[in-house]
Amino acid sequence: MLQTPHPELYDVAIIGAGVVGCAVARRFALAGAKVVLIEKGADILSGASKANSAILHTGFDAPPDSLELELIRAGREEYLEIHESLNLALMKTGALICAWSGEDAEKLEEIEKQGRANGVAELRLLSASSARETMPGLAGRLVAALEVEGEHIIDPWSAPLAYLTQAVALGARFLRGAELLNGTFGGGWTLQTTNGAVRASAVVNAAGLYGDVVDQRLGFTAEFRIKPRKGQFVVLDKAACRHVPRIVLPVPTATTKGIVVCPTAFGNVLIGPTAEEQEDRVRATVETGTLRTLLQRGAEIVPALADIPVTAVYAGLRPATEEKAYRIFARPEKRAITLGGIRSTGLSAALGLAQHAMKLHAAFGEKFDAPPLIPKVSVPNLTETLERDWQRPDHGEIVCHCELVTRREIEAAMASPVPPGDFGGLRRRTRAGMGHCQGFYCNARLAAMTKGQLATSLAAGEQGKQ
Amino acid sequence: MSTVADVIVVGGGPAGVAAAVELRRRGVKHVTIVDREPHLGGATRHCSHSPFGMREFGRLYFGAAYGRRLERAAAAAGVEVLTGHSVVSLGEQGALTVTSPRGVDMMSAKRVVIATGARETPRSARFISGDRPVGVITTGTLQSYAAFHGLMPFRRPLIVGSELVSYSALLTCLAHGARPVAMVEPNPYALARAPFTWLPRLAGIPFHCGAELIDIVGQNRVEAAKIRLENGTVQTLACDGVLLTGCFTPESALLLRSLQGVAPGSAGPAIDQDGRMQNPAYFAGGNVLRAVETAGWSFREGRRVGAAVAEDLARGTAGEAPVTVGFDSPIKLVVPGLLRRNGLATPAFQDFQLRFERRVRGCLSLELNGREVWSRKALWLPERRILVPIPPAAFKAGSVHFRFTEES
Ligand SMILES: Cc1cc2nc3c(=O)[nH]c(=O)nc-3n(C[C@H](O)[C@H](O)[C@H](O)COP(=O)(O)OP(=O)(O)OC[C@H]3O[C@@H](n4cnc5c(N)ncnc54)[C@H](O)[C@@H]3O)c2cc1C
Ligand SMILES: Cc1cc2nc3c(=O)[nH]c(=O)nc-3n(C[C@H](O)[C@H](O)[C@H](O)COP(=O)(O)OP(=O)(O)OC[C@H]3O[C@@H](n4cnc5c(N)ncnc54)[C@H](O)[C@@H]3O)c2cc1C
Repeated sequence: MLQTPHPELYDVAIIGAGVVGCAVARRFALAGAKVVLIEKGADILSGASKANSAILHTGFDAPPDSLELELIRAGREEYLEIHESLNLALMKTGALICAWSGEDAEKLEEIEKQGRANGVAELRLLSASSARETMPGLAGRLVAALEVEGEHIIDPWSAPLAYLTQAVALGARFLRGAELLNGTFGGGWTLQTTNGAVRASAVVNAAGLYGDVVDQRLGFTAEFRIKPRKGQFVVLDKAACRHVPRIVLPVPTATTKGIVVCPTAFGNVLIGPTAEEQEDRVRATVETGTLRTLLQRGAEIVPALADIPVTAVYAGLRPATEEKAYRIFARPEKRAITLGGIRSTGLSAALGLAQHAMKLHAAFGEKFDAPPLIPKVSVPNLTETLERDWQRPDHGEIVCHCELVTRREIEAAMASPVPPGDFGGLRRRTRAGMGHCQGFYCNARLAAMTKGQLATSLAAGEQGKQ
Repeated sequence: MSTVADVIVVGGGPAGVAAAVELRRRGVKHVTIVDREPHLGGATRHCSHSPFGMREFGRLYFGAAYGRRLERAAAAAGVEVLTGHSVVSLGEQGALTVTSPRGVDMMSAKRVVIATGARETPRSARFISGDRPVGVITTGTLQSYAAFHGLMPFRRPLIVGSELVSYSALLTCLAHGARPVAMVEPNPYALARAPFTWLPRLAGIPFHCGAELIDIVGQNRVEAAKIRLENGTVQTLACDGVLLTGCFTPESALLLRSLQGVAPGSAGPAIDQDGRMQNPAYFAGGNVLRAVETAGWSFREGRRVGAAVAEDLARGTAGEAPVTVGFDSPIKLVVPGLLRRNGLATPAFQDFQLRFERRVRGCLSLELNGREVWSRKALWLPERRILVPIPPAAFKAGSVHFRFTEES
């Protein structure tokens, strides 16, 4: 094909704008590379990254000596370094791994040992009563707990947005609605997408749930196969947060980390996720029966949750593979890197994965000139940990009453360097419509405010944005 | 900045405006309505097809016109109206945090009346299975699209529910060129009465009782909905939206997150016979008390609560701890759920309002101190108002309980 509407030659093309792709874009842009981020969805976070537990992990339970552990630790460290300058939240809640039986309690020591071996220092075995002192809402049948001080809660949507915003400020291009169809390498890459062709010297596959497919489309034999694993969640009203100041983890079994009860940076409480294997890479459905079970499980862990209304439900797909480990491959002869199978720790490890991709890329023998000036970038705060826009004067008005989202915030998101491409994107950038009424009061207003600006318009009979 | 009033009314729907006007009529000086929307009227503003106002204003108004009538009534009575002001939190002694385009203010008053109304339960809290595309909304949202923005969220929705509001939703669809593909009610019978229930048939729209929505399909916009009919067969209906109607619940998040909490069952504030909450600086009236009554009912209730607050201000706070009214399942709620010994001479609520969770036959009885003082056998239906006069002896009783004995 000779069609070249995007004729520039990029240093690096990244496939997939999940949290990993966004972090990689930032890292390469900071290094001075000319970056294009190619995403098939209408917005960033169209895949696995839109729905997770939002925990910044320490890696205490990661496989010892694994690359995953190394990258979680590197990613976490970088997040702690940069979050303030990007205006990203950090809730230092710590986690309690709760043993609900004597059998579980015996395993805590083992977990503690592994945690220490993994380089996580702040671990403390607690009796049931001292654990309940730090979190009185825990059910009385608690036997013992292991405290992991360093497990934190972050805003899972603003973080990748901040990474990409910084990349864009450094000149990176975000190409959306662009599904990679195939790529050919002849000294450099020519990538055909549903939104035109792109030329790049090197390519990074960060396609999450389609990591194997994209490898094939790039002409490689895929070294792994994605086996999506669904996680469903229930989100409770903000009234729940006073009962859940910390992350509550169960003692993991061989197959799953189990159901977590944890606060969110937005002041709610999450119960989930499930771990359900499925073939489908697209549908992340919620199911009545499962949601009911989650709610019940939550109330078994923190009894006061039984009386708290449900705000939202959601489900996400983990890009799991036939192996537990990350599936990372570099093909220097074709200047290609695959960051595959970033299953259940990608939010924590993203910045580490980006550093790692940079290292792998160094072996390709290409050098960039670091930009003379790193522009200051920060994203709007949506969390309860920092000041919100409704607390400041001249916000225009409140549009979403439940989440107190202001008109100024919505207008700013629509006019931002990486504006929302669909309604989900607007929700993730502002929280509009995410509260307990789920749009009863504001959805119509949002339809009017976003007319003609989203890929799938809220109002019917209206052409979406092309 | 801090504003001090005699009474702040939170919510300027029918109940809030009626309370405020009544307070002024009874000589209370500084009465302020705080509403987060740009106009008064509350939920009536988007109900373009429903007549309002016959009993309170002696003529009929539709949609926003009724809200404008309320605005005139408030102005004429000398009520201070702050629209575009959202109450963000409720403090202990009638101190409120409010945000407006100016930023955050503190406001306080000797008494606060909560009249924040009710809304429909969204898809999430109903735990409906399926994808989560654009186009799954409630009646209030649909009516706001049509009434405020001249937009429609879909053209061929599936309607879920058979309460009064469900038929109103159907009319809104038809009036704006949308053609529902079907209407389904999970119960084996329609919840509203005839002649409303004739509407779908008149419009030629399939209506299925005992039919459950089991799956919503669509990645961006709704593409189909699966329903399981009463006989077990599953139908896939191509549609571009799902309209979830009814299942009202009080808009009581402010209370839920404050020290006051909400009452089990109603999910609204627990009030005593004067509309007073556990914390005697706070009162409530209208649909925030229980879902759901008409606008006219809410107006009259608000007026009575307004009168009670005026009297309470003149007389002094009723500080004494109330008795909680107990009730058996499947009674869903009882309002008032508290009774105080030292209430006003003429209480704002003459009747207990009850609702049942499901259709059930049996004997409902009221016991004071363990002794039955009232009973009635009947077939009780969900979403129907039941009134039981509050016997004067109840205010003095140490225990008040509604018993229910189901007949097999
Ligand atoms: C239930 C659940 C809970 C989790 N909890 C946590 C947690 O608490 N902490 C944590 O650190 N991690 C957590 N995770 C893991 C984390 O969410 C994932 O590891 C991470 O989102 C993976 O990101 P990714 O960028 O690799 O993939 P994705 O987010 O899937 O991004 C890939 C992107 O590529 C795009 N794409 C695919 N194919 C193409 C193509 N052909 N052309 C162009 N674009 C394409 C997709 O649209 C998508 O946007 C959780 C995950 C789940 C599902
Ligand atoms: C979709 C729908 C259809 C209906 N159809 C009919 C009908 O056909 N006929 C009929 O008689 N009744 C109908 N009703 C019921 C009735 O109109 C309303 O419930 C009635 O308006 C109740 O009055 P209210 O004053 O209790 O509450 P509302 O009218 O709901 O007013 C509450 C007010 O409180 C304000 N508020 C809430 N929280 C805050 C806060 N934190 N800060 C500031 N302000 C706040 C809101 O902005 C709103 O203006 C319908 C209701 C709905 C939702």
